Amino acid sequence: MNINELREHLCSEYPDLCPLFSVEFGDGSLTVAAERLYSAASDMRDLGFDRLGMVTAVDRGETFELVYRVTSREMRAGIFLKAEVPREDPHIKSLCDLWPAANWHEREVYDMFGIVFDGHPDLRRILLTDDWVGYPLRKDYEDERMIRRPDYI
Amino acid sequence: MTEELVVNIGPSHPSTHGVCRMVTTLDGEIVRHVEVVIGHLHRGIEKMAENRTYLQVVPLTDRLDYVGSMYANWAYCRAVERLAGIRVPERAEYLRVIVCELQRIASHMMSVGPAGADVGATTAFMYTFAQREQVVDLFEQLCGARLTYNYVRPGGVSMDVPEGWVDNVRAFCRSHPSAMAEVDRFLFGNVIARQRMKGIGVLAPEDAVAWGASGPVARGSGVSWDLRRDDSYSVYPRLDFDIPLGSNGDCYDRARVRLWEAIESCRIIEQALDQIEPGPVMAEAVPRLITPRPGEAYDHIEGARGSLGVYLVSDGTPRPYRMKVRSPAFCNLALVPMLAEGHTLSDLVVILGSLDPVFGEVDR
Amino acid sequence: MALIDDLGKALDSSPGGSVILTSVDAIMDWSRGKSLWTMPMGTACCAMELIAASFSKFDFDRHGTIPRADPRHTDVMVVAGTITYKMAPAVQRLYDQMPDPKWVIAMGNCAVSGGIFYYDTYSVVRGVDEFLPVDVYIAGCPPRPEALQDAIFQLRKKVDSESVAPGRVRDVEYVLPLPGDPRAGDRIQALRDGGGRK
Repeated sequence: MNINELREHLCSEYPDLCPLFSVEFGDGSLTVAAERLYSAASDMRDLGFDRLGMVTAVDRGETFELVYRVTSREMRAGIFLKAEVPREDPHIKSLCDLWPAANWHEREVYDMFGIVFDGHPDLRRILLTDDWVGYPLRKDYEDERMIRRPDYI
Repeated sequence: MTEELVVNIGPSHPSTHGVCRMVTTLDGEIVRHVEVVIGHLHRGIEKMAENRTYLQVVPLTDRLDYVGSMYANWAYCRAVERLAGIRVPERAEYLRVIVCELQRIASHMMSVGPAGADVGATTAFMYTFAQREQVVDLFEQLCGARLTYNYVRPGGVSMDVPEGWVDNVRAFCRSHPSAMAEVDRFLFGNVIARQRMKGIGVLAPEDAVAWGASGPVARGSGVSWDLRRDDSYSVYPRLDFDIPLGSNGDCYDRARVRLWEAIESCRIIEQALDQIEPGPVMAEAVPRLITPRPGEAYDHIEGARGSLGVYLVSDGTPRPYRMKVRSPAFCNLALVPMLAEGHTLSDLVVILGSLDPVFGEVDR
Repeated sequence: MALIDDLGKALDSSPGGSVILTSVDAIMDWSRGKSLWTMPMGTACCAMELIAASFSKFDFDRHGTIPRADPRHTDVMVVAGTITYKMAPAVQRLYDQMPDPKWVIAMGNCAVSGGIFYYDTYSVVRGVDEFLPVDVYIAGCPPRPEALQDAIFQLRKKVDSESVAPGRVRDVEYVLPLPGDPRAGDRIQALRDGGGRK
């Protein structure tokens, strides 16, 4: 299914989500408010997007942009779900009860960005040690053990 | 019901296939609960990429999945090409397919062999490793490196094939299927190996989908999902190949799917070698300092462990703003607690091996 | 090892004991050097080459370097791969479990200095020598199995120079003179004079 068919399919099923749909570099993405993310994800799952490929976040300065990739085997397509959470006290509802795959992905995002997933069954650090201070993939992360590479170019 | 015993396996243990720690709660010999502790090889590659130019990130991607370096190279390069709008010459696409299928053989040999070693059949490892060494030799002739190739670059591949290489590949593809048939006979036909692997760690197809499993782990459960066919990229639409599927979703099926994929790869390589035509191997005018316009791109390929994706965010500078690697091994490894529950401790090792985790990619 | 240490000390201090000591040293070092069982501390990419080294085609076992996963059976730890801050305590603990005398080979750039993971990363230990005494360094990313083979031979030379008497070093010629060795100057001069490759 190409991106235009996907858009039509989405718009016919969920007209309210249609204006939030955008296409960039051939990938469709659906940007929703943080409160609506869970219901949008649930709708996507009902639409046939049965796999959660990845969860990640991007540090956008004042906010964190959460990026979820959901794919459908039946439609042979994948789209991004995006939501922004504030930098101060970032919270979002966990998708663990929709897709169990979200478990480790959300733990990783918590580990790297410090975004708290409400309703996550076991929200702990996954890659770093439990006593680690700070969230490394934030742009303002500082660590005395981290040596910045000199700017050759 | 006996008193519960907590056994810690790893992080340095020969059966964990890397640096993985498993905190296992046992009832006698039966595993009641496993907690997988990862991150012992977390090297912060995603953070490092933010302070390197697009071209300088390619060597880092080599070190992600060190058993199959070409895949991460290719997935990353595809994302960069999508961001920067680079068109890759056809010969380069064919070469990428050929090296990646060779890499699939090399990588699966590192999984089928240990699958035998995990159940006590160490001989199988010797046979598969000999096959792997042949592929590694081919790569060495091609780009000079045995393990970290840095061969696929944004815009094409780093160099054309040396003289005589194609003949060597053809010779290997002729001999490989018979070697695999031999392994199939003495490992998967062996009654002890069958008893140790059949019915162990059964993964239901709906669980495989819900947990985001991909690659041979999902296909072992009968989930027919292969990006080479289902989200076809590069020159794969022109090639004819089968996708082996398992039926039971146990360790036996997962390992055997890999064995058959390694044979199918030979078919793909032979077709690609027939179709490839002379031409440039690098797109023209790829700048040293690739500066894409702001935006974000995602691209994925079918790696040896499943769908390997790279998500790149550009802010218009020569350095990526954010790079995220969607690693299949990470998703597959999350299945261990579910699969191992109720099996014996010795089966835990087999289950972990059948998921074929590579910790460079799991931890990144 | 206490008995051997005492024996060495006693021989070293007694008149004429050094003659016996030399023979004892020769036997001890020969037997130690010829069966350097390795503890394969493979964490990352270099572990693949470490595995390749002990399989057919390279076949290390013929040099007596049998890989054993149990630290209590081994003499030399081959640290192959990146060591992170999360992994370092485990490596240290395994090293502590190895019986004396023990040696460490740092295989690959990551174990030598952090290598490609030196800059911009927050979790990588910059070289295993930050917490373990390393005897032989192998450069390469990853080094070829032959390089590991060479490292075993280099280590054997070092083992040959050790004496059972504490503080005593047997006079063994290294492949390259150690820094500060007065012979180093002569050798470099000889190379300059055309003693090397013509």
